[in-house]
Amino acid sequence: MVAVQVIVGGLLLGAIYALFSSGLTLIWGMMNFINFAHGEFVMLGMYVALLVVVYIGGGPAIFGIAAAVALAVLGIAIYFSLIRHVIRGPMLAQILSTFGLALLLRYTAFWIFSANFVSLPANALSGTVSLAGVYLPVAQLVAGIVAIVLTIGLHLLLTRTAVGSKLLAVAEDRTAAMLMGIRPDRMQALAWGLSAGAAGIAGALMAIAYPWSPSVGETFVLIAFVVVALGGFGSVLGSLYAGLITGLIQAVSAFWLGAIYKDIVVYGLFVALLWLRPQGLMGKA
Amino acid sequence: MKSSFPPYLRIVLLAAALLAFPLVFTGAFYRDIGVTFLLAAISASAWNIVGGYAGQVSVGHSMFFGVGAYAPLLLYTLFGWPPIAGIPLGIAIAIALAIVIGMPTFRLTGHYFSMATIAVAELIRIFVGTWDFVGAAIGLQGPARARGWWDLTFRSELPYYYIFLAVLGIVLATTAFIERRRFGFYLRAVKASERAARSLGVSVRRTKLQALALSAAFTSVAGSLYAAKTGFIDPDSGFGILVSVQMLIVAALGGAGMLFGPLLGAAILIPLQTATNTWFGGGGSGLTYILYGGIIVLIARFEPGGLLELWHRIRPRWSRRAHAA
Repeated sequence: MVAVQVIVGGLLLGAIYALFSSGLTLIWGMMNFINFAHGEFVMLGMYVALLVVVYIGGGPAIFGIAAAVALAVLGIAIYFSLIRHVIRGPMLAQILSTFGLALLLRYTAFWIFSANFVSLPANALSGTVSLAGVYLPVAQLVAGIVAIVLTIGLHLLLTRTAVGSKLLAVAEDRTAAMLMGIRPDRMQALAWGLSAGAAGIAGALMAIAYPWSPSVGETFVLIAFVVVALGGFGSVLGSLYAGLITGLIQAVSAFWLGAIYKDIVVYGLFVALLWLRPQGLMGKA
Repeated sequence: MKSSFPPYLRIVLLAAALLAFPLVFTGAFYRDIGVTFLLAAISASAWNIVGGYAGQVSVGHSMFFGVGAYAPLLLYTLFGWPPIAGIPLGIAIAIALAIVIGMPTFRLTGHYFSMATIAVAELIRIFVGTWDFVGAAIGLQGPARARGWWDLTFRSELPYYYIFLAVLGIVLATTAFIERRRFGFYLRAVKASERAARSLGVSVRRTKLQALALSAAFTSVAGSLYAAKTGFIDPDSGFGILVSVQMLIVAALGGAGMLFGPLLGAAILIPLQTATNTWFGGGGSGLTYILYGGIIVLIARFEPGGLLELWHRIRPRWSRRAHAA
């Protein structure tokens, strides 16, 4: 029974990994660009949730949406002020831009919120539920399920709607899309909004169930790299499977090897993937 | 207007200024800044070989630095060997690491290399923190008192200053030598366009791998010097991400891919860092990194070539104006 509990717990955390990693993979698929500040977007989503709960009040639905909107706005602002200008520049500028941004956001958060761990005050989702003998915190269960639904929603948005087709058209061929009357700049800004928004709401979901500090962003961006490498660069559905697998591997290795080894196992998996299948486990060769 | 004195004279003047610095500023405070400046310049110059010249942006160079810092203190702890004996071991492990990371990622675009470097550096940092053999989270210590000059443990800053200056000279001379050789042209060709370089017969992957191995070796030496100077190393000061950040920002601010770029970057950032830490006390280090993040973003957005390139661009305009006047 303990084993089942560990596995379910891992999958539920993995669902949140899947949600924020789908944001990273979307940007990679759209513009061949890696956002090193993506983990910091998740971290900011957590603090937005906290600030909303403390100063405005309201349930998970309110602060979840608030985190998504706040981060989406930030993502679009960052696209227009920074990313648009470096995207066709040298590799150094591309990597430095979001790497510097990550430092800026992380240490500003340290400065404002201090390095202490915090968690959301008790809310409607506190308490545990028993399902067939497996005890789970309600918060974890709800956060995990919502994350899966949102990730599938993002996948459907990209594959089944007109906006999604436009996004994919720009990803496929910028010039051709422009000739079809699509504005690539707007579509890329939208992709940044969606990507950061997904990270923000994933942060809010994570905040319901787990405590955090400003340093979590660094861990999350590396986990997102692992998930994206596993699921194939650019595939939202791939990152859903890969997120669940990563959460599972982390939970299992934390349980059987010890908590300090969980990140070592996951990062080791990333290096192994780069050697063996750089296109991703589910990616095309 | 052509410069009034030839380039080699400028280098002689620069060398003379660096040699004279600790003799003019004899206070321990200034000498300490001098030593910190040299160490930052060495590691950033080492980073520059692969990050600047070859255009492969490593964000995890701390792994090479940490290996170089741990190796001497590990040999001292295990066998009582002088720390200097660990330098070749550090270089060997750093080159092995470079190959492990470079082999798979250099087949792909530059983003994969950047992601792999940060992931491996973090992997090693966490792993070393759990490994009792290398002191786990507490780290390792060097000789408390020198048994002879070969322990590289001095009371005064002066010997460190001149040892570091000599190593900086070696790193810069090697880089300058490479710049003029075929290998230097290969590096710049790879940076400008991999496809074009490949079509002209440059073995792109091998060139990048060689640049990374050389860069890793020099970075490892910088780590060994750091360990010899402080006599102490732990996972964060060896493998922490901020170690990589410092190399990156020093090189990028001064001018990545330019011989004296890292030197200029270190000359600006190290006094700045000392100042923020002094003004804001212990809490200053947080503000220092907010500032670093901001500077990195601004470089990326406005001046990816760094200050040296900016200087080369605006100087002709100035001298033309001076001519007209």
